[in-house]
Amino acid sequence: MSGPSTIPSSAVALPRSVEGPASGDEALPGGTRAHARPPGEPRRIGYLYLLPAFVVFTAFVLVPLGHSFWLSLWEWDGITPATWVGFDNYADVVSDPALRRAFGHALVLIGFYALAPVAIGLLLAGLLARVQVRGLAFFRTILFLPQVIAMVVVAVMWRMIYDPRNGALNELLRSVGLGSLAQSWLGDFDRALPSVGLIGTWVMYGLAMVLLTAGVQKIPPSLFDAARVDGAGIVREFFAVTLPALRAEIAVALTLTTIAALRNFDLVYITTKGGPGDATSVPAFQVYSRAFESGQVGSASAIGLTLTVIIFAFSFAINRIAERGGSR
Amino acid sequence: MRWHVSSATIALALATLAAGCGSPGGDSADTAEQADQDAAKTVSKPDVAAAGDVTLTVWDQEVRGGQAKQIKQLNEAFQQEYPNVTIKRVAKSREDLDKTLKLAVSGDRAPDVVQANQGRPVMGTLVKGGLLTPLDPYAEAYGWGDRYSSLLLDLNKFSSDGSEFGSGNLYGLSQVGEIVGVFYNKTKVSEPPATLDEFEQSLAEAKQEDDIPIQFGNLDKWPGIHEYETVLGQTASKQQVRDFVFARDGASFDTPEFEAAAEKLSGWADEGYFTPDFNGTGYDPAWQQFAKGEGRYLIAGTWLTADLAEQMGEDVGFMLMPGSEAGAEPVALGGEGLPFAVTSESEHPDVAAAYIDFITNGEAATVLAETGNLPAMPVDESAIPDGLPSEVFAAWGTLSEADGLIPYLDYATPTFYDEISASVQELLAGKRDPAEFTSGVQAAYGKFVEAQ
Repeated sequence: MSGPSTIPSSAVALPRSVEGPASGDEALPGGTRAHARPPGEPRRIGYLYLLPAFVVFTAFVLVPLGHSFWLSLWEWDGITPATWVGFDNYADVVSDPALRRAFGHALVLIGFYALAPVAIGLLLAGLLARVQVRGLAFFRTILFLPQVIAMVVVAVMWRMIYDPRNGALNELLRSVGLGSLAQSWLGDFDRALPSVGLIGTWVMYGLAMVLLTAGVQKIPPSLFDAARVDGAGIVREFFAVTLPALRAEIAVALTLTTIAALRNFDLVYITTKGGPGDATSVPAFQVYSRAFESGQVGSASAIGLTLTVIIFAFSFAINRIAERGGSR
Repeated sequence: MRWHVSSATIALALATLAAGCGSPGGDSADTAEQADQDAAKTVSKPDVAAAGDVTLTVWDQEVRGGQAKQIKQLNEAFQQEYPNVTIKRVAKSREDLDKTLKLAVSGDRAPDVVQANQGRPVMGTLVKGGLLTPLDPYAEAYGWGDRYSSLLLDLNKFSSDGSEFGSGNLYGLSQVGEIVGVFYNKTKVSEPPATLDEFEQSLAEAKQEDDIPIQFGNLDKWPGIHEYETVLGQTASKQQVRDFVFARDGASFDTPEFEAAAEKLSGWADEGYFTPDFNGTGYDPAWQQFAKGEGRYLIAGTWLTADLAEQMGEDVGFMLMPGSEAGAEPVALGGEGLPFAVTSESEHPDVAAAYIDFITNGEAATVLAETGNLPAMPVDESAIPDGLPSEVFAAWGTLSEADGLIPYLDYATPTFYDEISASVQELLAGKRDPAEFTSGVQAAYGKFVEAQ
């Protein structure tokens, strides 16, 4: 896990420029452009071109979002008249220990869904930058396969693999004489969450790897040559050339996988239903269970919106850090 | 990247305005009073043939094997008898139905007949919203009271405001019954134990012989409720359990009897009487192991009867969990299938009621038995199949006669399923001792009672 933890720090440590406007403007000499009228039609008419997309966006994203917010201010069972509770549902998100635990679990899952896969992806990308692999496309396809399979299928399959008695994992451990390590993967209170998390790692590392190896191929070979001429070893080369060049790809991979970690529902729903006890309960599962099973629509909306804000904050922060380091 | 915070906020505010007109759920019209008036009416048996051309929309979840067969057969028979009625059947899986039902019934084009699950989460909410029609006048006209044992009717009853469960107006009828009992492997258990002590002795023997005493998989969370309640039926009186589920005054989970059941069950877990790693084992793998001949007992519902009979043939038997004394009145967890209810929006409540009567009468019972179901109502003896099902039918008969059914605990409150299923997992893993278990569950239950 040492790999991922170094990403933000190394990114920040790189020389950074003064905060500038969008990068496209930088190519032009400053000053002259700010006063010139932009080419093409006036701005007001320009906005008209946005209108069709904005209408669709409003109808399918903003209105439902606003409606969820509205619902989150009520205590409502889905049918009978609702009771106005203001921000109580949001207070519950913070004060209810069960919900706090659910959000905590989601944070733990980021480690498994985002950090671990990106670390593995970086490792593979670093190796591929160094050595020529024959049949690379083939291996890449194989490693990417988990990403292609529907999450529901993945979950059902891993539930079988984790079966304490006939599951592949325990069978494997027993067959190589490690029977003492065989255990109830999803049934143990402390092990259930990491076990679910490992499924996420398995699903996500393919995505991270494909993104990062593609990034590595775009690095000019001359950079590697230069590093080697300067006497850089494989480790030094990785940190001096590969890692900085991959900043944008790392940001994309981290954003995608973090979102997947935070909104994780299907895996938990199929493998453990949030159990044992509430050891694997996550916010998205609570949204589902409250809205559709136990008639707490307001609370479900509040959790959903809180989750949205958290996801937004995470992806904003990741991109901010990556960009800040990137605009040299 | 620059953020146009102001425009984003404005957009959101606009969307909120657009979306939020009035409080969710609409106005609080006084539907309860109307329901009580409807319930007090007297009607004669509806004359379906005289109702003219009617299309009856029915939402059901009878989609599997024998269930699907019986409902198709009965629907056809109904339409043959009343050619003026067309049944428009919308079949959904159980989960799908539970999730879409509220929206459908509260919409503009509500179906006429729906299967609305017992208990507060589904039927209770629909009644509270005034969306179901009380069937009491029809029950009188058709004599439904004689068709079912009293608990089976109580389970489909609510007070007109939806606050009291298990009493008040009748809102639906179920076709089939189910019992959570004990399947046993006849090659290992020659004489079924007659008391709970004997049962425990048999568990100890099995353990000594290195067999699995009780096959049990609790990864899916809900099976634990069945294990607990099967034992609870022997330590607490049936009235106590019913009072608790129906949330009657003074009912509590934190009683010596409820704790005794927890004690016994966690004792069994400690002794290793269950499948090893049961909290990590799925429900299906567990009963499939039992079907393959591993393990002595399986505490499970009669929905497994057909599968077990097919795989084990003569080697499987069914019994009710024995009480603490031999010959005690049997008490077992059980209930009935999802009840068929009539929506208040239905334009043909008479025809709908006649339909419900038709699929639950004596002839329907025969059809149900012949298609491999366990009818909730008395059934003609000639229709009872041989082998394992006959033992199940006999147990149902005994239970109905003794009025020995206790309802599922998770009917108790809208969120009780989560509480009880998670708590049983914790109890059996030794994370909570029996006293913490009962007081913890009671605390969650107390919140609900207070809010009522």
